[in-house]
Amino acid sequence: MKLLTGNELRSGAVTWWTGSGWSLHVEDAVDVGEHGEAVLHAEEGARRVNAPYIIDAVATPQGPRPAHIKDRVRALGPTVRPDLTLKPADPAAGDWII
Amino acid sequence: MYKYDHFDQSIVDARVAEFRDQVNRRIAGEITEDQFKPLRLMNGLYLQLHAYMLRVAIPYGTLDSRQMRMLAHIARKYDRDYGHFTTRQNIQYNWIKLEECADLLEELATVEMHAIQTSGNCIRNISSDQYAGAAADEVADPRPWAELLRQWSTFHPEFSYLPRKFKIAVIASPEDRAAMRLHDIGLELVRQNGELGARVFVGGGMGRTPMIAPEINPFVKADDLLSYIEACLRVYNRYGRRDNIYKARIKILVHEIGADEYRRQVAEEFAHVKTLGIDPPLAELERISAFFAPPAFDAADVEPDRSDPDFAVWLDQNVKPHKQAGYAIVNISLKPIGGIPGDATSAQIDVMADLAEQYGFDELRVTHAQNIVLPHVAKRDLHAVWQALREAELADANLDLISDIIACPGLDYCSLANARSIPVAQKIATRFADMDRQRDLGELKLKISGCINACGHHHAGHIGILGVDRKGVENYQLTFGGSGAEDVSIGKIIGPGFDEDGVVDAVEKATEVYKTLREGDERFIDTYRRVGLEPFKEAIYG
Ligand code: HEM
Ligand code: SF4
Repeated sequence: MKLLTGNELRSGAVTWWTGSGWSLHVEDAVDVGEHGEAVLHAEEGARRVNAPYIIDAVATPQGPRPAHIKDRVRALGPTVRPDLTLKPADPAAGDWII
Repeated sequence: MYKYDHFDQSIVDARVAEFRDQVNRRIAGEITEDQFKPLRLMNGLYLQLHAYMLRVAIPYGTLDSRQMRMLAHIARKYDRDYGHFTTRQNIQYNWIKLEECADLLEELATVEMHAIQTSGNCIRNISSDQYAGAAADEVADPRPWAELLRQWSTFHPEFSYLPRKFKIAVIASPEDRAAMRLHDIGLELVRQNGELGARVFVGGGMGRTPMIAPEINPFVKADDLLSYIEACLRVYNRYGRRDNIYKARIKILVHEIGADEYRRQVAEEFAHVKTLGIDPPLAELERISAFFAPPAFDAADVEPDRSDPDFAVWLDQNVKPHKQAGYAIVNISLKPIGGIPGDATSAQIDVMADLAEQYGFDELRVTHAQNIVLPHVAKRDLHAVWQALREAELADANLDLISDIIACPGLDYCSLANARSIPVAQKIATRFADMDRQRDLGELKLKISGCINACGHHHAGHIGILGVDRKGVENYQLTFGGSGAEDVSIGKIIGPGFDEDGVVDAVEKATEVYKTLREGDERFIDTYRRVGLEPFKEAIYG
């Protein structure tokens, strides 16, 4: 599957395209299929996202898992600071990245 | 410490106002990201893996307590309560919001600091010896020269769009504590028959093509130094490879045309530049130097009481001799076992500021090894300083030992990374946590980069580790034999790479080989240089 990701313009936070808007959580991301480029241009033009790009991902029961480790780090947060990730209460969350 | 004059302050304030306007226009959609990106980079603002990252310049790594407290305040108010001190003696914040950045810079400007020229193809922050003004072996204080270069390079119109970034280091001691010869220009102040001048080295660097800067001039008189450096930059600006980003650094130019030809061209250019009268008049040099006059040293020369064994170890490892009797140089390690090299919390930054104010003539330095220095502490105060540091978890006695690791942010923060650096540093430090074991291994400089850009100086590590991407999996190459000190050398890759645990094991095996083969008081690097790679390879790949 293909995901569309980028950063929020004002805060810089990593965001994922949900089909109707942007979420901080990769679990909410949808497969953009062939439409990625079109959505990317429309959303970037409207400044609802900054520096967007399309990535490969794999569908799993827990939700989409980006194919490249870099995007998995983006999705969760720094592995060396679990307290600053999106899942601070789950110390094993970093295992998802590796 | 240098104090901004009216010109310094007004250009920094004007830049903040200009950037505020640019940010507002970006947020309002009047300019695109493509248009905005070079503008934000000129103000040190990157877009990294998780957020915007701001790099704040710390001129030649020197700060006073007011500035240090501001760094803590910024971490607290605009970031997530910590900052990352870098190998270029700067600080980076990892979670800055674009919409708050101008406010942040405005606050920063109130303590004479900024983020200008911390990115882009310009002359970056000048780096220097963290022991400047305190080292017994210096022939002069390098800071006035670093400050002069800072002023000269700030908004230098001709050198704002160089072929590539440009890094200058200035030292004034035979012992090189600033990796001087791995800079685009390295200056070593020296005296010839009493006259002050500099050895000039040009074309060093790390990155994908590491090079040691050759000596281009063995002695440039102090009176000519600025003109000479201007000539060095002009030749580069004209002939540097703008066509290929991988060949655009000055090291490639010097290498391709040869040091002799480069030297000849610089001499020719210098003859012209010297007629332009850019070298500062003596009065200006004296004005700058006056800011760096030694503090009022007055402490009696008393030896600290060594009866507490932990304190004694810290004294032996982290405290260095000062040129003034009764004083010492204190190194504060930002490398707690299992911690993140170079990171400090706001509270810790405040503690260090307080200690500088109370015990250190209000001065702090950032080192290229990502530690902090209090350059002038009276020996009678060392115990009190140590106790306060211990309370703040800043008293690790591991300076220059295997756990004093330089590590770049790597894949945990950096969008260019191939692999994570910090977890490898944490695992190695934890493996060697035992202090006796570390101290038995002695000086061992281990440096880790998450990609070939070499921000973690791996090429200059006695042991270097480079993160690579092997089909989407993190992999680590080991290099041995590098040094960023006066015995400068570039490490060599020892063989196939390892996974994260494998590289920790390999490092451990290398230290075992060293322990078996060392003679006398040889350091790891000395033994490696004497016996060569074979015995290490045998043990590691066997
Ligand atoms: C996270 C954002 C960073 C980015 C995007 C970045 C990017 C780069 C790049 C592209 C190079 C290679 C330049 C070249 O060879 O022309 C480089 C070199 C370097 N960087 Fe970084 N870096 C980052 C962070 C850091 C940090 C945190 C440090 C200090 C710990 C650092 C210190 C250095 C040093 C010392 C070099 C080697 C300079 C040389 O090639 O001579 N950088 N960086
Ligand atoms: S060496 Fe590579 S991974 Fe590390 S900070 Fe530099 S660019 Fe990023």
